[in-house]
Amino acid sequence: MSKHGIRQNHGKRALSPELSFDDNPIKGTRLTRRLFGRGFMTISALAACRALRASSALAAEPIKIGFGMAQSGPLGGNGKAALLAIEMWRDNINARGGLLGRPVQLIYYDDQTNPALIPGIYSKLFDIDKVDLVLGGYGTAVQAAALPIVMQRKQLLIGTGAVAVNDRYNYDKYFQMLPNGSTARTSTSEGFFQAAMTMEPKPKTVAIVGALTEFSHNVILGARENAEKFGLKIVYDSGYPPNQVEFGSIIRSIQAADPEVVFVASYPPDSAGVIRAAYEQKLQTRMFGGAMIGLQYAELKQQLGPMMNDVLSYEFYVPAPTTNFPGIKEFLAAYQERAKTAGADLLGFYLPPYAYAGMEILEKAVTATKGLEADAIGRYIHETTFDTVVGKVSFAANGDWAKPRLLYVQYRGIVGNDLDQFKEVGKQVIVEPQEFASGTLHYPFAASSH
Amino acid sequence: MVTFNLLLNAVVSGILLGGFYAAVTIGITIAFGMLDIVNIAHPVFIVMGSFIAYLVNRMFGVDPIVTVIVASPLFFLLGVAIFRFYHAAFEGSGRGSLRGLAFFFGMLFVIEVTLLLAFGVDYRLVRTTYIGPNVGFAHIDLPLRMVMPFVGSIALVSGLHIFFGHTFVGRAIMAVAQDEFALSLMAVDTVAIRQLAFGIAIATAAIAGGFLIVIQPVEPSLGREYIGRVFAICVLGGMGSIPGTVIAAFILGVVETMTSTLWGPSWAPAVSFAALLLTLAVRPSGIMGR
Repeated sequence: MSKHGIRQNHGKRALSPELSFDDNPIKGTRLTRRLFGRGFMTISALAACRALRASSALAAEPIKIGFGMAQSGPLGGNGKAALLAIEMWRDNINARGGLLGRPVQLIYYDDQTNPALIPGIYSKLFDIDKVDLVLGGYGTAVQAAALPIVMQRKQLLIGTGAVAVNDRYNYDKYFQMLPNGSTARTSTSEGFFQAAMTMEPKPKTVAIVGALTEFSHNVILGARENAEKFGLKIVYDSGYPPNQVEFGSIIRSIQAADPEVVFVASYPPDSAGVIRAAYEQKLQTRMFGGAMIGLQYAELKQQLGPMMNDVLSYEFYVPAPTTNFPGIKEFLAAYQERAKTAGADLLGFYLPPYAYAGMEILEKAVTATKGLEADAIGRYIHETTFDTVVGKVSFAANGDWAKPRLLYVQYRGIVGNDLDQFKEVGKQVIVEPQEFASGTLHYPFAASSH
Repeated sequence: MVTFNLLLNAVVSGILLGGFYAAVTIGITIAFGMLDIVNIAHPVFIVMGSFIAYLVNRMFGVDPIVTVIVASPLFFLLGVAIFRFYHAAFEGSGRGSLRGLAFFFGMLFVIEVTLLLAFGVDYRLVRTTYIGPNVGFAHIDLPLRMVMPFVGSIALVSGLHIFFGHTFVGRAIMAVAQDEFALSLMAVDTVAIRQLAFGIAIATAAIAGGFLIVIQPVEPSLGREYIGRVFAICVLGGMGSIPGTVIAAFILGVVETMTSTLWGPSWAPAVSFAALLLTLAVRPSGIMGR
């Protein structure tokens, strides 16, 4: 076969049989008006098909929501639980047809609870991933690092949880979901001090101790203000480094100062260390607890078990007749089921409902403003009171909850290390705020614990 | 108000804490001090030991310290395998220890991520009969949670001291630490001896991991908190001296708890490291350094 022949053969195979050169219907015919009409209609139909394909592709373009979230490091447990809640919202909304008719895609990176990684993560989200919306991760330090970057881009930031991050910026498009209130620095410990003042006779002295980290430092500053406000004399006031191993000497020094109330602002390993040391040293005081991160986690609750009895710490949600918000039970049932395989916190009382509520708020704001424009969404969130799985939520000018709702909970009657007992009403009694109280404070601390 | 009892308890707490610090540092003393291997991943091997103790405690209720003693031969074999790779890739090919540092830095992350995938990110604790109870005499409080690791640690370092000072293999390791070249001139297989020593260093990490999870909850990245502390103790002790490591660990422990008691815990790291700098200024080779 000649070279020319091969070429011809290839040309035939490349075309469909109907349009092969040999069978070309136009070959040797004159261009009539009918033929022109047919051709025009065919071209129009093809163009319409292309346009339809393009428009449906545009409709399927996902809304990208980006964020950094701790999946490792000291707050990795919280981050994992929060991420699961956000993923549950994504699955729900995509099953309902998406946001603004577009599917939602989450783009997230592990910030390792390390604020130094935040600038890189958020720059990538904006510049490379081209996200439409951003969320803030969990932790004061990481959100404090993210906020200036988001402000620079004039974007909206809904944070999972932080304390007093926006106090020095007053950025109008920042919101955070933890119910600390607009005066987070003081309101985080206010419930604790209010509970202390219900004791008879009223206490006169307090010891304040906490980790030397962003969160604990803010809380301690607030606790000092509250101590002054409630007329309590501070007889011990100290911070400890984040890598503190031994807490016996701290508890002993506190005992030597003989305070009636002991307020602790601690991170998860410290919370376990402080409670164990207080238990071992048989700390004699009337009230013991504080803003102790970690006691909300299923793993620590289970392992510390009876050592937690009489400790008064903050929680965001515990089962009680006063916290029966619409949808919360269904959310937690679904969460707890998924948490078993996701390796997230098995109870999900701490962050997940609030992370989910944050997404509900974002969804409602985007739907109401019919777009992704940060200014419009920000304005809408400020002007609206939202019904969420954690109840009604409205925001103050600084993006914190307009009304604080930190639950100060006293652990009671914890027996053994069964996790299911923490799902029962009555094991975690809400003593403050009064609006949600499910019982009164039990004191003194030492009497029932040891 | 600071009383004599308070100070006495602070000293006792410091000694108990120092005992634990000695256990977590002894592997660094062997690897870094004796073999000149900058095993920056040592603390993450300790955390790995903690997670094994956690797993066995959770599944079968076995005491964490017993578990890690049983698991330590496996860690020894792991250490031998790591050394072989390290030696072939870095030492044997004449590449500097800086690349070795990068190797161990990478290993730290690999093990951390493996632990993350295997155990998740939650803090893990163990249950034993000695977590919670306290024994006391003559106004001294001894929490068993600190006493048990202390006793275990003293047994560990004493055993190693006897091994290095009174056995043929131990003396060979000390000789390698002193002058490897001279030993090789006598037809001794120094690589095999170094391999054995590195295996022992990793085995001690397993045991220290058992102590760690008794004292505090662990999560995969916890090891990073200990990197600075263990190297500081190793340097203060005299780089390769087991008695020096123990003395340095006690000093650091007691300084931490005394500072905590007298001026507050926020000053403890500053005072501890000031003590380290002061000691090195007076004695640059460390407390027991040659």
